Amino acid sequence: MHLLELLSFGPNGWGNQLLAGTWLTIRLALATLPFGLLLGLLMALAKRSRNRWWRAFGNAYTTIFRGLPELLTIFIVYFGGQIVLQKFVSLFSDAPVEINGFVAGMVALGVVFSAYASEVFLGAFNNITRGQYEAAYALGLRPWATLRLVIVPQLVRLALPGLANLWLILLKDTALVSVIALEDLLRKTQIAVRVTKEPFLFFGVACLIYLVLSMVSSIGIVAIERWANRGVRRAS
Amino acid sequence: MNWDALATYGPRMLQGLVVTLQLVVISITLGALLAWPVALARMSRSRILRGISFGYMYFFRGTPLLAQTFLVYYGAGQFRPQLEAVGLWWLFRDAFFCCVLTFTLNTAAYQAEILRGAIRAVPIGQSEAAMSLGLNSRQIFRKIIVPQALLIALRPLGNEVILMIKGSSVAAIVTVFDLMGVTRLAYSRTFDFQVYLWAAVLYLIVVETIRRVWDKLEHYLTRHLRHA
Repeated sequence: MHLLELLSFGPNGWGNQLLAGTWLTIRLALATLPFGLLLGLLMALAKRSRNRWWRAFGNAYTTIFRGLPELLTIFIVYFGGQIVLQKFVSLFSDAPVEINGFVAGMVALGVVFSAYASEVFLGAFNNITRGQYEAAYALGLRPWATLRLVIVPQLVRLALPGLANLWLILLKDTALVSVIALEDLLRKTQIAVRVTKEPFLFFGVACLIYLVLSMVSSIGIVAIERWANRGVRRAS
Repeated sequence: MNWDALATYGPRMLQGLVVTLQLVVISITLGALLAWPVALARMSRSRILRGISFGYMYFFRGTPLLAQTFLVYYGAGQFRPQLEAVGLWWLFRDAFFCCVLTFTLNTAAYQAEILRGAIRAVPIGQSEAAMSLGLNSRQIFRKIIVPQALLIALRPLGNEVILMIKGSSVAAIVTVFDLMGVTRLAYSRTFDFQVYLWAAVLYLIVVETIRRVWDKLEHYLTRHLRHA
């Protein structure tokens, strides 16, 4: 009974806190996703570029941010961002700068996400055969219409399994932002543990909440994949 | 360059790198041993065994490594009397041990999934041909399926090693002085942002070296599969 009370939403319970942390975790992951996707697509285009320098840049970016521990990337963005911003602001005023943990976490996780996503997009691009472009040209489609009506729908379908995987990884990686004092699920759990001295219970519950988040995601992913594959006929 | 800081913390960061590599080598090796029974249980005919290994893999692959590490390291403290009773408390008191335990359980789940996928990827014709040669099922598994499956698993296993090197940095948060831990210490003393960049360079060197050595290894081990 005592344990259930700790998890309840009442005055002695930590339910509210855990819920607030979960909500921040979800918001952070959702905010990171579009940013990471866009950056990943740009990096994939850079790696496909005819310009040698763009290609070198894209490849170096991927190598660096896939090789660094996510935790280190978070620290570098958080502390480095602070320094850069401080230098920039000090040109105009003496006001001290405090970098927003949410934005720092979003940028760091988004950069890591984009490094992996660019490889997924690159693989998807390579799977769209030349004939698709030629057929679109034969139909008289302009380049922009070709991209929008022929290439992108296929790109989405081909990249989806890889991106879905990256989303599940992103969801777990959000736990790392708890080290930069962002009050996500894991951080809230730590606070609860410090007060209640029930580490096994609370960290166990936190793990279960993460599991529920990825289960719900999996259901969503299946639905999106069904939608993306609606034009594909299968042999069986 | 901050030469003073480099002179003071450079050698300690290299020591931290050694701790990181110890963490990874021990966890990956023990994880590889544990992955086999887990993968076999996952593919067994027994419903109970399948269920247990599914739950195990789902839990460790679906939750953050940091949360798992907290669960083991802080959670063990709650069972101190029981652990003392069985004479294991001295192990669980040690953050390094708790990290090795967590990382081993974590990587075993991922490696088991890799093995399962690789074993299933071996074409059925291979075991049919072996059967027609009169090999029994044990021989077929050990001499025909496993060698081919390991070749398929080689690349994802290399990725897993790299993920473990990166993931092992969470050990720093539970007071282990691995490369990340020493770097955080150096930063808290010097407030010089450079130390993070040095750590980044060290991590990149290690990861790229392993990636390249692994590529060479794969190239060498699959030489019989390439056309002349």
